[in-house]
Amino acid sequence: MLSYDLVVVGGGPAGMAAALKAKECGVESIVILERAETLGGILQQCIHTGFGLHYFKEELSGPEYAHRFIRLVEENGIDVKTDTMVLGISGDNIVTAVSHDEGITEITAKAIVLAMGCRERPRGALIIAGTRAAGVMTAGTAQKYVNLNGYMPGKKVVILGSGDIGLIMARRMTLEGAQVKMVCELMPYSSGLSRNIVQCLEDFDIPLKLSCTVVKTHGKERLEGVTIAKVDRNRKPIPGTEEFVECDTLLLSVGLIPENELSRAMGIELDSVTGGPVVDESRMTTHTGVFACGNVLHVHDLVDYVTLESQTAGEGAANYILGKRGEPAYAQTKGIDGIRYVVPQRINTHCDRNVKLYFRVGQTYKNAKVYVECNDEVLVSRTRPKLTPGEMEDILLKKEEIGELSAGAELIVRLEVQP
Amino acid sequence: MFYDVAVIGAGVVGGLIARELSKFNIKTVLLEKCNDMAMGTTKANSAIVHAGFDSKPGSLKAQLNVKGSEAMESLCAKLAVPYKRTGSFVIAFGEEQLATLEELLERGKANGVKGLEIISRERLRQMEPNISSEALAALWAPTAALVSPYELNIAAVENAVVNGVEFRRNFDVVKIGRAADGAYELAPARGDNVRAKYIINAAGVESDDIAAMLGDTMCGKIIPRKGEYLLCDKNCGTLVSHIIFQCPNEMGKGVLVTPTVHGNLLIGPNAIDIEEKDDISTTMQGIHETLEKGRRSVPAVGTKDVITSFAGIRAHAKCDDFIIRRSEGSANAINVVGIESPGLSAAPAIAELVRSMFEEMAGELKPNPSFNPVRPTPVRFDVLDNEQRRRLIEKDKAYGRIICRCESVTEGEILDAIRAPAGAVDVDGVKRRTRAGMGRCQGGFCGSKVVEILARELGVEIDQITKFGGGSLILSGKSK
Repeated sequence: MLSYDLVVVGGGPAGMAAALKAKECGVESIVILERAETLGGILQQCIHTGFGLHYFKEELSGPEYAHRFIRLVEENGIDVKTDTMVLGISGDNIVTAVSHDEGITEITAKAIVLAMGCRERPRGALIIAGTRAAGVMTAGTAQKYVNLNGYMPGKKVVILGSGDIGLIMARRMTLEGAQVKMVCELMPYSSGLSRNIVQCLEDFDIPLKLSCTVVKTHGKERLEGVTIAKVDRNRKPIPGTEEFVECDTLLLSVGLIPENELSRAMGIELDSVTGGPVVDESRMTTHTGVFACGNVLHVHDLVDYVTLESQTAGEGAANYILGKRGEPAYAQTKGIDGIRYVVPQRINTHCDRNVKLYFRVGQTYKNAKVYVECNDEVLVSRTRPKLTPGEMEDILLKKEEIGELSAGAELIVRLEVQP
Repeated sequence: MFYDVAVIGAGVVGGLIARELSKFNIKTVLLEKCNDMAMGTTKANSAIVHAGFDSKPGSLKAQLNVKGSEAMESLCAKLAVPYKRTGSFVIAFGEEQLATLEELLERGKANGVKGLEIISRERLRQMEPNISSEALAALWAPTAALVSPYELNIAAVENAVVNGVEFRRNFDVVKIGRAADGAYELAPARGDNVRAKYIINAAGVESDDIAAMLGDTMCGKIIPRKGEYLLCDKNCGTLVSHIIFQCPNEMGKGVLVTPTVHGNLLIGPNAIDIEEKDDISTTMQGIHETLEKGRRSVPAVGTKDVITSFAGIRAHAKCDDFIIRRSEGSANAINVVGIESPGLSAAPAIAELVRSMFEEMAGELKPNPSFNPVRPTPVRFDVLDNEQRRRLIEKDKAYGRIICRCESVTEGEILDAIRAPAGAVDVDGVKRRTRAGMGRCQGGFCGSKVVEILARELGVEIDQITKFGGGSLILSGKSK
């Protein structure tokens, strides 16, 4: 059996940043386990630019962003096992993995960072009626075919869902010569970044149809078209608004689901809204010594934020390994009145540092004020000109304010629309 | 090509018939219209071995169901097919349905079904805690079981092929003529004719069309009867531990809720008579109807647990029974028509019946001295312990590479599925054989890898790979 101080599950941007930070904090023996043949995760197929604006203050492509970290991982002598899939983690932190070259490996770890990322919501979960023809796939699968394999999924395309991958693929497919007929979005707003709506749809005259969905697929062998319909406020299709759109491809960009099968099997408590583990400010889960960061924790809009969060987790894991962590006394966080979720879900009142609370709203708000309160007392408030579900927000809590909290206190994050 | 027998249709019935015939020293060809076996009714049904109390006493359905159900367990063991005896309930919701339970009990006894009894609401809830509190009582049938229909079908064809049967895909019989020597001349839509001395028509929803080519009108036209199903994530596969039927109605056995042999939860089917025999499209209305009816039995089932929905077609005959008869219009043929539920349960018995009818028709047959009834058990990495996995990977490293995360399917298993006798040639074929793509992400991650492996193994470009043959291409060509 192998033994490492820190085992990082997943070698995407989250896993690499966590490993590097842990190393920087003094952890010597670290291994990253990655199921693909190379490090970098989904960034490797994101050949568009827009990565790194916050973290590196320059605009990089996905592979470029990944390579900066891959180089650092190599330079820092962090062990990497690619083509290696983790099958399970035992209660006492023994990681079982399988790989083509080494077979079954068991690794004991002092601490573990979960950085498995997320997956795309498939068609089945949407319950679209109609045939089971070829030509329906997730936007991310299409991205892989186009960017890594060099093949096109089709020529006439409808995209359901205006998540960022869907928007990026609308542009990508257009540049590759396909006709992207429209992007349909069930909600009255897009969940994608504003810059992507401008750069990927508006610049190419691709219509974005809000409050609209695909209700049926047509075609027996290959897709021949879809029926779209407008939806009402409860997101139910409105009879009489159906319209047939001829297409040979339907790409789905209808949500990302954190990949927490391993976490669930370990008995780690999951947040029903984020789909990721419940964590504290150091990103430690409810399983002592097991941390989580990146899209496995909650879905991020920008990889830059994934990197920052993962550094927090890497530092947390290092502190745990090096015995710098005292007994915690937790306060809980909770989002209400339009705040869908807050990460971290709990804060160690002894943590002695500033803590950023990350949150998302459930709809678009203009001129809203965000409050963090405890026992009806406002700790912080900030005014935001615009809040949208597509963009993650944060608010800073100073260490002095945290220090005054008592264990078991409830920190409420809420929102008030300004008149 | 000249054969002794042509079996038309490689569904579970045709597959098992071909396997029965492979016990003899005759040259058999199994003709399949689609790109793979198990593409019709076998692919999409309730995956249940019925105990046998539903059908009218004396009917072929009743006889063959009970017989087939008894034979199923040992057949599945020989063919290495997942089978699990769970028992089934028919639940009664109102006072008037209690009489239906009594009626089914009597019918079951007359059909020779073992172990049937009506149980109280308390015992029902004890055995099945998540059942609706509205259920007043239930008919308990301990012999009912779960089986994987397409795996039984695939295994039967594989075993038949190993024992000498020839399997021909994409052979859509459009015309049956007679050659000068009296042999049948079967013409496909594309390609060369096949000649055979005898024909066995096991063409499922199209069995009436084949019968017509043989000059038989049988019991009129097949009515394609569609049923829609919902498959739920494995995280709710333990909501129930038995098959749960509602009381039957004139359209069939109603909506059931059942665990599957692989640990998912299956709800369905509804029943709608349709025009087109290949219309397996689902409707919003049908999906909601199915879910609502399923919830009536097990209220805890939720929409968010659904990982996919699909529809299957039953080959319903007007006379409401299986029609298994020597052709009247053409001397050397047997028609197997109207095989709807309990067709899967009855399939082993149907195959035996057809074999004995064939022996009557063709005279005494010489046994195939090299017949091997056993199909080697396919590797299932997911269910092995780590020691077994270690040994497996030592032998072949391809078993160390996971391709489908959700179901833990390795590259080795996918290669096995493609290289097997009558192996997979398309993405859905790999899926049915290995479960790659059947999990909660529905092929999101592994789909493109399966395409790459198929292309490599079949020696074609990846844009030639189809989902299920024909024009179901996954990709449209190279990028710029």
